Amino acid sequence: MTQLILFNIFNGLIVGAFYALMALGLSLILNLSGVINFAHGGFLALGAYLAYSLMPLVGFWGALVVAPLLTAALGLAIERLLIRRVYGRDPLYSLLLTFGLAYILEDLARYIWGPQSLPYPIPAALARPLSTQFFFLTGYRLFMVALVALTVAALFVVLGRTRLGMRIRAGTLDLETVSALGVNVRVLRNLNFGLGIYLAGLAGVLAAGMLGLQPTIGTSLIMPSFVAIIVGGLGSLPGTLFGGLLIGVAQGLATVFMPSASEAIIYVMMGLVLLMRPRGLLGEEGRLK
Amino acid sequence: MTQAQRVGATALLWLVLLTMPFWIGAVGGYTELASRVVVMALAATALNFLLGYTGTLSFGHAAYFGLAAYGAGMTLKYVAPSTGLGMLIGVAVGTLAAAAIGALIVRLRGVYFAMVTIAFGQVFYFIAFRWNTVTGGDDGLTGWRRLPLDLAGIRLDIQNHDTAFYYLALACFALSAGAMALLLSSPFGRTLQAIRENERRARFLGIAVERHLWLSFVISCAFVSLAGTLYALLNNFTDPRALRWDMSGNFVIMAVLGGMRSFWGPLVGAAVFVVLQDYVSSHTENWMSVVGLIFVLVVLFFPRGVLGLVQRRGEQ
Repeated sequence: MTQLILFNIFNGLIVGAFYALMALGLSLILNLSGVINFAHGGFLALGAYLAYSLMPLVGFWGALVVAPLLTAALGLAIERLLIRRVYGRDPLYSLLLTFGLAYILEDLARYIWGPQSLPYPIPAALARPLSTQFFFLTGYRLFMVALVALTVAALFVVLGRTRLGMRIRAGTLDLETVSALGVNVRVLRNLNFGLGIYLAGLAGVLAAGMLGLQPTIGTSLIMPSFVAIIVGGLGSLPGTLFGGLLIGVAQGLATVFMPSASEAIIYVMMGLVLLMRPRGLLGEEGRLK
Repeated sequence: MTQAQRVGATALLWLVLLTMPFWIGAVGGYTELASRVVVMALAATALNFLLGYTGTLSFGHAAYFGLAAYGAGMTLKYVAPSTGLGMLIGVAVGTLAAAAIGALIVRLRGVYFAMVTIAFGQVFYFIAFRWNTVTGGDDGLTGWRRLPLDLAGIRLDIQNHDTAFYYLALACFALSAGAMALLLSSPFGRTLQAIRENERRARFLGIAVERHLWLSFVISCAFVSLAGTLYALLNNFTDPRALRWDMSGNFVIMAVLGGMRSFWGPLVGAAVFVVLQDYVSSHTENWMSVVGLIFVLVVLFFPRGVLGLVQRRGEQ
């Protein structure tokens, strides 16, 4: 029983790491540009499929590096072409636009790579269990957790220590002033969008190794990412990270005690948070509008 | 548009709706498609009560639509063989859920309100999806049919006559649209529009903004629930897709496509969207891309919708 609980907590942590990676990208875009990127899941799927197609050419490790970058490049292009046009308009339009994009991206993946699920091979060195007692601790799972932790740490260093990160944080608080100080806000939002999409692409490649590939892989991960943002706190990146891990573990534990409720539980948590603390666990006050 | 033109246009609209079963076959459609247009029009008009007239974006109305659909279907399957009772229970279930969830979310605004409505919609999707023994899970709720309706001694055979069902749906649409129009022209409706235009000023005037938003949300969801029960009866079937997020997105795009600042806009939008979706999905497997493209094109080129375009031309 202990082992079962440990297994599911660990599993939940991995799932939570995915949610957090997705949700951090969503949060970045939402905070700076006020756009809920519904197409985030579509970009995630694209990252996964690109890695799948690149692997025969550049190998597992090459795909892990190149696919998220390609996805981010596509994100930069789509932002310039489409998303940019709805900044400052009623949020209704950004939602509808990214909603339509999500449809198109999912259909594109289905059109190019087919509706059936595809296996995503991982190196044998990573697939082995590390211990006979804790069989679930395969190298790939540990590797994933480590890589996500590293990525998140790098993200916070970029945001906290670099000029770009400083501008993103400043723009989140007061975009007009940042613009008046001579920062090119269009470029800033573009780069910020690309950064968010990079995280989605990376999450996609990692998820593919664990769940395999299917066109709906992105849509199944995006709703929990919304929940992670709301539970963690609107406007707070550490909150989003915490929220993602928290709902992942909650989902893992629910799998032990009541498997059929494992999806619903995170929405129940969201309801409780909204009831008792509408701004989210680590959210700043006055961010509800 | 002048007053006379407006009355003329509304009269023409109703003439088209009232005669639809007689000519839709001739233009390549079928009675069921006409019924679907009317049911979706009811849902989109109800959503627009909130979106267009209260200025609040819900991206989760499919939850109440689908809950009501299951409410009606499960009543007919498990409780009693009565279409009327099924509709009543369906609407009650959807409205009660909206009342509870509405109370949790009225403090949020704008993009966050939309995000929370989307997320809450998923709870019911997963319940319907997972609770196989009762809801039929992914395969949907089958093993029941809509039954003839007894209205004050008159028997309306909606079970075997698709045309009769069409007129039942149209009657529901007409009554609901009338009720919503009345509400919107009442002091309550004017207050909602005042909140839409300037929430802060409304608050300073002493209006209980949260309570008004909540009421508007619940009223909107009650009519969406009615549409949900009709949708289940129309198909003699309901499945989890009726309450998934893409259905919510469809309601929003119908309202926007038709023109959310005009009362009949969502009806026009629903007609265009439903017919287009029916046509596209029977001609290509990649209907998702086409629907997605509609979303993108509407946002970029027709943000005011079809009727918005017509109105603007009239003003010039």
